[in-house]
Amino acid sequence: MSNFYKDNKDLQFTLENIDLVEAVGLKEENYTKAEKFDTAPLNYKDALDNYIRLADVVGEICGENIAPRSTIVDEVGPHFENGVVTYHELTQKNLKELAQADVAGVTLPHEYGGLNFPATVYTMMTEMVSRADASLQNLFGLQDIAETICDFGNEEQRQEFLPRFARGEVDGSMDLTEPDFGSDLQSVRLRAWQDEKTGQWYLNGMKRFITNGCADVHLVLARSEEGTSDGRGLSMFIAEKCPQLVVRRIENKLGIHGVATCELQYNDVPAQLCGKRRFGLIKYVMSLMNGARVAISAQAVGIAEAAYREAKKYASERMQFKKSIDQFPAIYDMLASMKVKVTAARTLLYETTRAVDLRSAYNALAEKQTLTAEEKAKQKYYNKVAAVLTPMCKALATEISNQVAYDAIQIHGGTGYMKDFPVERYYRDARITNIYEGTTQLQIVAAIGGVIQRDNTERINELLALPFEGRLARLAEKVKGMLAKQEEAVAFVANKKDPVYHDLMARSLVENETYVFVGLLMLRDALKCADREVLAERYIIDGEFEFEKRYLRIMSDDKTVIDNHRDVINY
Amino acid sequence: MSQTVLVFVKQVPDTQNITGDAMTPEGTVNRAALPAIFNPEDLNALELALQLKDRYGVKVVVATMGPPSAAEVLRNSLFRGADEAILLTDRAFAGADTLATSFALSCCAKKVGNFDLILCGRQAIDGDTAQVGPQIAEKLKMPQIAYVEDVVELNDKKIVAKRAIEGGYEVLESPLPCLLTVIDANEPRPMAGLRIMKYKRAMTPSEVNKAAANGEYSDSEAIAAKIDELKAKNLLIHEWSAEYVEADRSRIGLAGSPTKVKNIQSVVLTASEAKSVEPTEAGITELIHELIADHTLG
Repeated sequence: MSNFYKDNKDLQFTLENIDLVEAVGLKEENYTKAEKFDTAPLNYKDALDNYIRLADVVGEICGENIAPRSTIVDEVGPHFENGVVTYHELTQKNLKELAQADVAGVTLPHEYGGLNFPATVYTMMTEMVSRADASLQNLFGLQDIAETICDFGNEEQRQEFLPRFARGEVDGSMDLTEPDFGSDLQSVRLRAWQDEKTGQWYLNGMKRFITNGCADVHLVLARSEEGTSDGRGLSMFIAEKCPQLVVRRIENKLGIHGVATCELQYNDVPAQLCGKRRFGLIKYVMSLMNGARVAISAQAVGIAEAAYREAKKYASERMQFKKSIDQFPAIYDMLASMKVKVTAARTLLYETTRAVDLRSAYNALAEKQTLTAEEKAKQKYYNKVAAVLTPMCKALATEISNQVAYDAIQIHGGTGYMKDFPVERYYRDARITNIYEGTTQLQIVAAIGGVIQRDNTERINELLALPFEGRLARLAEKVKGMLAKQEEAVAFVANKKDPVYHDLMARSLVENETYVFVGLLMLRDALKCADREVLAERYIIDGEFEFEKRYLRIMSDDKTVIDNHRDVINY
Repeated sequence: MSQTVLVFVKQVPDTQNITGDAMTPEGTVNRAALPAIFNPEDLNALELALQLKDRYGVKVVVATMGPPSAAEVLRNSLFRGADEAILLTDRAFAGADTLATSFALSCCAKKVGNFDLILCGRQAIDGDTAQVGPQIAEKLKMPQIAYVEDVVELNDKKIVAKRAIEGGYEVLESPLPCLLTVIDANEPRPMAGLRIMKYKRAMTPSEVNKAAANGEYSDSEAIAAKIDELKAKNLLIHEWSAEYVEADRSRIGLAGSPTKVKNIQSVVLTASEAKSVEPTEAGITELIHELIADHTLG
């Protein structure tokens, strides 16, 4: 029996130790929901019991059913003929089983047939699904569409769509990218026009690289305000599958073969406005994207976990020079480094989802009632923290996923280059994670403001105040030293007021912030579980060298790249 | 149509994932060291029942005979979609062989009374006898179809089922009520999240009493109130004793079990070296002669 929750000590540790008391209390409206719904928890302990039980169920489906099917799904993938996408029968089976387990609407409220779980637990499921079959996550994760309708649609739309999502009857897609506009979404051109007599909206234009563009329910970013050319002329629409919505082709991709990536043509597709006009990009899509960025981070962690396990297993079995290769320093160093990276990415991932859960909880509360000054302050705080952690997390997790998948092939040697072992798939699947939902370069742009503004200082100070002793105290001192240098580097860049130098050093600054923050998270976890001390130690000692390199670069004031890049590139 | 399907399930030690201490030094199964699981083919039987529920709206009642801890396998059934659960539990049932077990379960079926179909897994992985299902049918004087893969049709008079036979399958029709034993021919659905969140609160009266002993309920009034509450919410797992199902004491448990274990032997299979034979007339002739010489043939 293979169970991706039960076999993962780190994931279990995370769920059992993460503090969701405040967020869950708010989400369950102080557990008064239990009076109306027999599935609602009675208190936090009861809620956590539900989370663990469901993580266990999903872990079993992933380990027993989905993972064994993943090689064939990767090899064959979906079929496209006459404008119709048909998913592989095993992919359909995977989705059916997940729907039977009631995890097609994990975060949706009880009212609409959802589990009303926090994003943290949903993200754990995402991670396990990705470990089993990364491409399946792209379908599983589209329940975010339902969440967006829940957050921004009207009650009628919620009633119309959410129960169908929760039952797994419909799937979704988010149609944002166009042939000419990917990162630059504010220039989106797909046109939305309204019939003046009936008030009905119609969509016209093209979308490209749309994950699961063959979906039943589409959230579409479209230009509703004629004559505008920026993000404030865009609105969000809900469109349903219909003959006017044509899938023109599906892409032939390097990885995530199990899911169809579609090019779509809208020929006056009837649609309904979701939320307010002009808020499409600036509010709704930003929210949707932030959710998706967390999901992709989880996908990256899942792939990294799978790759690490394959590498570890292979290294323990592969004999060279009369011993298993994991006994050679060059190999065990790689394995230890991979393990620490996966753990580090996971700890930042769930620190991020915790902030996301608190943000959602306070935002939801603000929709229902007037907040007290204290609640208002918390709402503002968690919005700020989630805004900096989300891109930071995506940058870290997705880059790490690539590194771990790369090393997993390296450990396999020539065998890893062959299709006989799954590591080559992990390598291909990981490669998209640091590209879609915003490239790493864009995550840096999204995170750097918060790093310069020191938006995460309060949490850092909380963690620094933990009662570390002995080895942990010595490691905490190291992190403190790094933090002092980081503050110095931030001030140095900020005071220069040179936007080009700022952009050039942004990645180093964000990465160094990550070393400090994740180092503290690893120490926090080590405080709860002594076996994790060695993980924290390894992370901080390795991190110090990496940190120093970036710190020196920032402080060098070296502008030769800015001055000479053309000559270098063009030589 | 409101037909009732009764599914008999069993909690068994997990013999497929054996760890080092699975056997006692005496050569018997160390039940304490093996996790208790849902007998795999009973899950297939439950899945078939739930498919009938999806197709025809039948009511699915699950029953098991076992110690109080076997309530776990009943909750598991409720999580997957069963409507009602019965735990047949009594010290008098302990030590039963297949004869006594099938007698006890047939008494349970009689007590349920108004059922149209009984489903059992073909066999349990702890004993592998495949006798209990057929024996229940015999005792209830009901037709039975063994080795069922799927149900072709069910209506209020008859069932048409497809069963595996050597080299293929056959389709049989039977009047109702009828008993089917089900093989590993479907994929049991996972437990449903919403049902887990609801039915994890399902309890047997003994479990309520046990919780009371741990201080959760103060007095007998509180216990009775809790049981009433469970009943009202359809969360009570029925607990039936030998007396309740009117089972003749001489025919259940150890007393009703003619099977006596004389000796248990731990057989270790030792692999011997492989030998390749040329795929020619001469090679085959040589092999046949060798097999005759060592008396494997002839």
